[in-house]
Amino acid sequence: MKGKVIKVDTLARVEGEGSLHIKISDAGVVDAKFGIYEPPRFFEAFLRGRSYAEAPDITARICGICPVAYQMSSAHAVEAALGVTVGGQLRALRRLLYCGEWIESHVLHIFLLHAPDFLGYEDVIGMARDHRPLVENALKLKKIGNDIVTLLGGREIHPINVRVGGFYKVPTKRDLEPLAERLKWAVDTAAGVVPVLAGLPFPDFEGDYEYVALRHPDEYPFNEGRLVSSKGIDIPVSEFESNFVEEHMSHSNALHSVRTARGAYFVGPLARYNLNADRLSKRAKQGAQAAGIAQGCNNPFKGILVRAVETIFACEEALRIIKEYEPPGEPAVAVEPRAGTGSACTEAPRGILYHRYRIDAAGLIADAKIVPPTAQNQKTIEDDLRRYAAPRVDLPLPDLTWQCEQAVRNYDPCISCATHFLKVSVERE
Amino acid sequence: MARSSKPKLAVWKFASCDGCQLSLLDCEDELLAVAGAVDIANFPEASRTVVKGPYDVSLVEGSITTPHDAERIHHVRRNSRYLITIGACATAGGIQALRNFSDVKAYTRYVYASPQYIETLNKSTPIRDHVFVDFELRGCPISKAQLVEVISALLNGRKPNTPTHSVCLECKMAGTVCVMVAQGLPCLGPVTQAGCGALCPSYRRPCYGCFGPKETPNTAALAAGWTELGAGDPEIVRAFRSFNACAEDFRRESEAHER
Repeated sequence: MKGKVIKVDTLARVEGEGSLHIKISDAGVVDAKFGIYEPPRFFEAFLRGRSYAEAPDITARICGICPVAYQMSSAHAVEAALGVTVGGQLRALRRLLYCGEWIESHVLHIFLLHAPDFLGYEDVIGMARDHRPLVENALKLKKIGNDIVTLLGGREIHPINVRVGGFYKVPTKRDLEPLAERLKWAVDTAAGVVPVLAGLPFPDFEGDYEYVALRHPDEYPFNEGRLVSSKGIDIPVSEFESNFVEEHMSHSNALHSVRTARGAYFVGPLARYNLNADRLSKRAKQGAQAAGIAQGCNNPFKGILVRAVETIFACEEALRIIKEYEPPGEPAVAVEPRAGTGSACTEAPRGILYHRYRIDAAGLIADAKIVPPTAQNQKTIEDDLRRYAAPRVDLPLPDLTWQCEQAVRNYDPCISCATHFLKVSVERE
Repeated sequence: MARSSKPKLAVWKFASCDGCQLSLLDCEDELLAVAGAVDIANFPEASRTVVKGPYDVSLVEGSITTPHDAERIHHVRRNSRYLITIGACATAGGIQALRNFSDVKAYTRYVYASPQYIETLNKSTPIRDHVFVDFELRGCPISKAQLVEVISALLNGRKPNTPTHSVCLECKMAGTVCVMVAQGLPCLGPVTQAGCGALCPSYRRPCYGCFGPKETPNTAALAAGWTELGAGDPEIVRAFRSFNACAEDFRRESEAHER
């Protein structure tokens, strides 16, 4: 069908403002654009001149869905610059905080943003009319994630308790105990929905992607590890910028983060899972088995399954940390300002989030660079759209449109985060 | 259909982090009840459904930072019976209003490889600078409890009950020891509007002003108190210049301490 244009001006059920533009001619799909028209917010510019101590509070405001990721990446990057190491129970509490964000973010994406696509609903409200117990369980599960973030961070959006060096206040053992029973329920519930999700109708669609994720010697990664890829990268995070660059594409206003001299790469749950499945907990591995992805997963539509498996893991990991918790003597390690540069990557729910800061002797930020996961996935999303739409061009336009939207939502793009690239979709000829 | 008799709720986003509208999806206990009481007519973050206006209630998140958005907000106003702004971006220009104290062109050159492609206004402004606003809900982010209160007030035809007093009063009500008096930590609580539940002092850190200025704040007296505690002008400027930097009282106080 020639001369067809798929145009979705406002992509629904993603965070932030994005659009979709696919142009199809006799020759097939000639152009696919995942557009970002989110206004620029200039975080990297106004971070200059701010105190290092403000970085976790300010960068949290980049994203309402994953503020913890910004707080963790900024705290770790500043600590790298100042020569500070946070270990022991403080480190464990940071993992616990990240468990909370993974649970709430993954469950939000699985049930509120993504599952309605597979089941043919416009939104979770419509889905709740026919699948009330499923949605109620999802909300209960999501609330546990949010409650972990609230307990450790003060509130679920833009937590206030994270600081460079640790926390302002740490919980007692008794503070954490009530979460344990609920988390046991959560592990079972998350494990229980995996077979349900595995029964969703998945399109037959795979790719030869270069997955990039953190890898830690003995943990499923949150805050630390080397950067590894499925095509041979194995580097310390400090070498991120010599391996990945943000390119200005001639056909658009967008900056894409690409693998130097190679092109698109893929970050997020699928990448983490394929590179770190051996580091998962037992129940999560069983979940992967039940989902039929134990041998790996190269179908981005099945990212919803990987998120469910990671939710099992995050619930179990939270449970483990709570069981082993002993309150540390101090809520934070001592931090002294000094001149230096530091970088860090952490695993946001949507993939690696890179921060680099140069700090002056007075402790003020002289220079900042932030590369969010969606900027890194943007090129892969467009490649997917082009490949996915090609054999489906004869579908009725509304169906094809919805399916292409879904191909974008596979990535759970976090467009508010990605405001440091801006793109306008222009139809040519 | 019976659904059509319910009030139509729309959610709109301008320059923001999405956190305030996410608060609605974070109301796990109330979400299905709220969804049962209103027709969600436009809420892109949650639904593909787009019902044409006019809308009974529009929740507006984010600040105005582009020429296109400066136009779009008028469209939202024309189509809304009540327009409620939610969050520090929509009520005070947000963190992105830090550009208002600087040169936005320099910012653009710093962040973007090809600044000529970036269309942005010199200033980030709150919604009320552009259109009439029926009610403003403060906070970075807003409080879920206050959001539910505002929605339920509108559905029941009464005025929302949200406080305009300072965070200090919340601290006193919670029995939290004053971090400024007891520990000598410079705190913005005395000039900041309540709503968070005096969260930061309960975590042993001073308030950093998420909810913006309270009604009739004495910022000059507070800044003098900060100076006594050893805070220099640059620190005072940074404190008033964060998530509500362009709220009038905070802006004026920050400018008074600029060299």
